[in-house]
Amino acid sequence: MQQALLIDPEKCTGCLQCEMACSYENYQVFNIAKSRIKVFNFEEAGRKVPYTCTQCAEAWCMHACPVEAIVLDGATGAKIVLDDVCVGCKVCTIACPFGTINYVQDSGKVQKCDLCGGDPACAAACPTEAITYVDANWTGLDKMRAWAGRTDTASQANA
Amino acid sequence: MSWAKRVLRVDLSSGRCKEEPLNMEWAQEYLGQRGLATKYFVEEVDPKVDPLSPDNKLIFTTGPLTGTMASTGGRYSVVTKGPLTGVIACSNSGGYIGAEIKMAGWDMIICEGRAEKPVYLWIQDDKAELRDASHLWGKTTWDTEEIIKNSHQDPQIRVSSIGRAGENGVLYACVVNDLHRAAGRSGVGAVMGSKNLKALAVRGTKGVGNIKDFKTFMQVTKEKKQILADNAVTGQGLPTYGTQVLMNVINEIGALPTRNSQDVQFEGAGKISGEAMHEKRPTDGKANLVTNNACFGCTIACGRISQVDKSHWSVENSPKYWGATGGLEYENAWSLGAANGVDDLEALTVANMICNEDGMDPISFGATIGAVMELYTMGVISKKQLGMDAPFGSAQALVDLAHMTAEGRGFGPEIAQGSARLCEKYGHPELSMTVKKQEFPAYDPRGIQGMGLTYATSNRGACHLRSYTVASEVLGIPVKTDPLETDGKAELVKAFQDATAVFDSSGLCLFTSFAWSVEDVQPQIDAACEGDWTMDKLMTVGERIWNLERQFNLAAGMTAADDDLPKRLKTEAAKSGPAKGLTSGIDKMKPEYYQIRGWDTNGVPTAETLSRLGL
Repeated sequence: MQQALLIDPEKCTGCLQCEMACSYENYQVFNIAKSRIKVFNFEEAGRKVPYTCTQCAEAWCMHACPVEAIVLDGATGAKIVLDDVCVGCKVCTIACPFGTINYVQDSGKVQKCDLCGGDPACAAACPTEAITYVDANWTGLDKMRAWAGRTDTASQANA
Repeated sequence: MSWAKRVLRVDLSSGRCKEEPLNMEWAQEYLGQRGLATKYFVEEVDPKVDPLSPDNKLIFTTGPLTGTMASTGGRYSVVTKGPLTGVIACSNSGGYIGAEIKMAGWDMIICEGRAEKPVYLWIQDDKAELRDASHLWGKTTWDTEEIIKNSHQDPQIRVSSIGRAGENGVLYACVVNDLHRAAGRSGVGAVMGSKNLKALAVRGTKGVGNIKDFKTFMQVTKEKKQILADNAVTGQGLPTYGTQVLMNVINEIGALPTRNSQDVQFEGAGKISGEAMHEKRPTDGKANLVTNNACFGCTIACGRISQVDKSHWSVENSPKYWGATGGLEYENAWSLGAANGVDDLEALTVANMICNEDGMDPISFGATIGAVMELYTMGVISKKQLGMDAPFGSAQALVDLAHMTAEGRGFGPEIAQGSARLCEKYGHPELSMTVKKQEFPAYDPRGIQGMGLTYATSNRGACHLRSYTVASEVLGIPVKTDPLETDGKAELVKAFQDATAVFDSSGLCLFTSFAWSVEDVQPQIDAACEGDWTMDKLMTVGERIWNLERQFNLAAGMTAADDDLPKRLKTEAAKSGPAKGLTSGIDKMKPEYYQIRGWDTNGVPTAETLSRLGL
């Protein structure tokens, strides 16, 4: 069973523990400039929104890569970049509609979320459960539950 | 390790920036941030220096845990000699820029001299340069941050800047970072303004990688985060209500200084409380509070993001105040509210926004307004002088005077001097609720006796953040003591002062100390920093820092007479609440405190004390 990152911006406080965890997992350094997940601060609306790759099934980046450096991890469903194959042409960064695959100047390759092989460090580090790692078929479960509670006619009748 | 081991020295007079190695011997003796920067400062600056002269220095400093995954590891401090107080100033701030400085590869930035024309310091990893800021002079901190990000075409830059208050020499001007976090007290922003340094803009991409033992560090910081999450204050109270969780509590125990400390309870406290910020307004059906907010690395998230009612008289014609932004913390809600008898939550939120926007310490500003309102009530300051009526409770006067003070208009420049100088000028020095000319914060020393000693002996002038004995006297952390009792408070204050100096030198936030003691910080420092960081070593570091600051202040001309409270607190008893009939027992606690500190009766550290601490 595959899992997916589920992001709930309502719960995000903007602490950036996820960004530090991502950089530590991949580069053994606390460096938010190297994080593959970013938290965006919409100041005037008072909203913090974490955002990263959603692992598209028909991934634009994977299809666009001219050297087949982006491949499917069958176990997790993640699209992962093979560093020894990537030539840094950046075509994937143009192809991705969401901007979640980016070029890294230091390495001359691109990087994107690889779900940490099935145990995403960002979700583990998040103190508020704004980022969770859940059944990929049921990312809507919490929302469904909330609406189920709200629209439950029996409880309304009894209220 | 965790220190970047690099200091950036910026000579504003010549325009040169140069790199120096961090003095690692001092790092072992003073840890970082508050302690280490103070050591640099006292070694380099004449204690008698005029704070607003080019000879004063201004240090932006991080701690060894700044920029790490330790919870709250994003703090930085601004160290200088304070123009409000004439003693050491060290103001601590969260937000994101502290971590950004560290990730750019710097522990500390020492600014000296004075630029001929307005400049801002631009740091991009190893590169540092001064750039022209004439287009930024006269701008608010909000506009300054936006203009810098736009001109560099990089929204990921972090900015600390002064607003018009810092430019205009408001003696309690602060340095604002990330729009609504501030190195707030003692006038560090006025020093920055005197140096023609408008802003610090930083982009750091190098990261923090030199942790002594990464594996242990990751494990221990995770355990300590769990303690914060499980604690009722840091896990529930602070995220839900912010520091404003205290408004009703402190009012009930009769320690909420009201109307310039004439009263110790405020009838309008409920209307300006953390609970009130959650309530839907009748006008637009929305609550004042939008959400809570974390600083870098913080798993507590006590920050407030508020949005005012657009139809409120104070903002109806000013759309720039309509968006969500930093909301009221307890100290600000008190200083702008109870201290002046104002109970209009929206007006207080707006006054606080003006303080953020123009870089002004709301504690000192609000408390000074309290003195102005009392002088107005007595007929000493007239309506004609002020340009308005200013009785206690006037929200209109509060908001108008905030604008005038920041912008230097009308009576504003007099308010900009702080209440000590203002009350002195008008012949009523006894009405200034200050210690060492700094306004005290939101806890009345008649109702919480330990806070009287805290204010009187704080090395940066009256302050709650040097020994927050409220934790013990009100909240029972780590043990409950009686707030009305003076016995044992000297020991308590000393213990809190030394421990606080450790927190403030680590890169962590003092608010973790609601759940953590130094015992919880120690293993995090020890896993990160080279050297053997035992509890003994850390507590000695704390005490050493306290005494180093003390020595600087004595050399600056301060005496034991300056370790005192305003007469009102010693002669006018609390009128209501549990402390009814009580005055402050400062005169009893002070000699005990000097003795416990190992100081003589004049408050001077003895030779033995200094030698024990290696000073």
